[in-house]
Amino acid sequence: MVPANPGGGLMRADPLTEPVEGLDEALAAVDAFDEVLVVGLLRPRPSQAAGLTRLADAVAGTPLAARAGEAAEKAAAGSAGEEHLVALAAARAALLGSVHDALRARVQEATGRSLAEETFPQRSGQQGANLLAAARTWLSDLARCGWQGIDHEVVSSAAQVVSAMLPDPALRRLAMLLDGFSAELAASCPGASLERVPVRRWADLWSRAMLLTVPGAIEAPSAGTVDGRLLPLGVDVQEHATAVQAQVHAVLEPGDGAPPRLVRAAVSAPKPDTVVGAGLWQLLRPHMALLTALGEGRAMQLTDMPVTAEGDLLWSDEHAGVGDAADAFATARVVLPTAVDAASAPLDRHPTGIAVPVFLEGYAVEKDGEGLTFGVAGHVLAVDTDRVPAAGPLTPEAVAASSACIGLLRWDAGAFTLQPLAVEKTVRKKAVALHAGGWAGGTTDKAGVKAEKAATAAVAVLRERAGRLLRK
Amino acid sequence: MTDWERASAARVIPPARPRKLAKVPFVELADGRMQGVVSSGSDIGRVYVSSVAAGSYAFACSTNNNRPCGGARGSFCNHINALISEAVLQYGAERVARYLRVEAADEEPSAHSITVGMSAARPLQGETTAAASVFSRFLRHLAYLELAPSTEPLPEMQWFPPTRAVA
Repeated sequence: MVPANPGGGLMRADPLTEPVEGLDEALAAVDAFDEVLVVGLLRPRPSQAAGLTRLADAVAGTPLAARAGEAAEKAAAGSAGEEHLVALAAARAALLGSVHDALRARVQEATGRSLAEETFPQRSGQQGANLLAAARTWLSDLARCGWQGIDHEVVSSAAQVVSAMLPDPALRRLAMLLDGFSAELAASCPGASLERVPVRRWADLWSRAMLLTVPGAIEAPSAGTVDGRLLPLGVDVQEHATAVQAQVHAVLEPGDGAPPRLVRAAVSAPKPDTVVGAGLWQLLRPHMALLTALGEGRAMQLTDMPVTAEGDLLWSDEHAGVGDAADAFATARVVLPTAVDAASAPLDRHPTGIAVPVFLEGYAVEKDGEGLTFGVAGHVLAVDTDRVPAAGPLTPEAVAASSACIGLLRWDAGAFTLQPLAVEKTVRKKAVALHAGGWAGGTTDKAGVKAEKAATAAVAVLRERAGRLLRK
Repeated sequence: MTDWERASAARVIPPARPRKLAKVPFVELADGRMQGVVSSGSDIGRVYVSSVAAGSYAFACSTNNNRPCGGARGSFCNHINALISEAVLQYGAERVARYLRVEAADEEPSAHSITVGMSAARPLQGETTAAASVFSRFLRHLAYLELAPSTEPLPEMQWFPPTRAVA
């Protein structure tokens, strides 16, 4: 197979560093609205009215124009109802959707890969309407208080909604978002004494949650099934105090001879905040054989595995069998350049959703203060080693000493970054691979075994306490 | 705006540090208090619900059946001392000191300096009325272990990256 880019699938870096037309203008309108949420909508000031108008004007040429315009007017007058707040969240999401699309086009230019064209199925919208309404009421209260006006009372009322939603699989997605968001707000109370506010982040979380309260928004319907050989590239871990998700990025070689495609497989769980590090793998491991396969450097054979239109496998072990050995770096060098990327679901079009597997080698590592950069064909790409989970063999030092890297291209705060998933480095003239998810399936590493033991003990204590105290 | 203010994945709360949970299965900084649950040393079916208020350091300790703790008369009992030590392990001394508003004279805060600093202010014994809500928060916390994992994708978790930074 011939890689799309000559030179072993090496990435172009210039599309990642050149300015994107219209990006600053779109983000300025987003910022104008985000500043409105800092102060809150209870008694809007003239500057807030201007921010609201700016957001509405930015979507004036879209189907949202009328609703966003009306919502901005009502909000500026201090009389926005919940439906107006949903409309404002939608306008903001549409702007960031356009930013996402422009950035995503740059990523495809850089990788030389093509993007799958998908039609997304209609959603039925049948989840618990009462709980969604309760969540929307809480979010509306937040918008009125503003981040500077939050206190324990308004924040803590999320707890009931979250507790009621968590056991329902159809509402889990919104529940875990609200849980992480409300924990951050609770730790930041009272808002009046906050020294700084994560302005973009909280507006992101607020508007995404608001949109997920619209019935039907949460579903991720299966768009069919796939067969074939699944070649893992690496695993990305995401966590907040009471939730964890491990997302495996992989290339699927379809059994019907179609071109290889990039897919993901995720497993997630709610967790007590004291379950951390290796404890996260212990929680997730029993529910996805792929984690063990990944740890052992093996492929898996899929049969009738359900998949969504955006390339997310809806994993179930009964549709997967253990395959032969598969080296992630061989996959990255040979198969990845020919793979077709998955498209984003309409609602997930946000720059934060960009996490695109790439392979790099022959870069120049530079230390940049506390951080690390890779020089790629004369362009500088920041490396986000902070995202490498602590419970694994991959370390920032290993990344700094590496010669080849499998990573995820991401974009945040105005720039593309590379999140390392695995690196190759030379030890005694031999290439050694280190994976962020190296301990996903278990480990014999000395530090790893110790971390696993401590995590096992912590969960055992909690289970014992739960058994004795929970059902009394 | 700074990069942090315009970062979607800005880190807001540092993750909890691992600690042994046998003695103090639950501690949190919430509702204006450091509060938690301490296992009884003598009866495996009994736990103490202990708390110290931020600012006033008003303290309370009682069993989950709302019997007062014999040790918490006039000064911190051993349950509260254990709670402070474990909170420092989990959240870091600096965050605990900041939350409780304990001024350390001229040293780095530690579990010892925080305990001494609060005791020196001769705090009053507070009401144990919060015990029921703390205990129910602990049960809610334990219930997270009973929730089944899922393989449905959660796109919103992209906003919650791990961090290697410690509290």
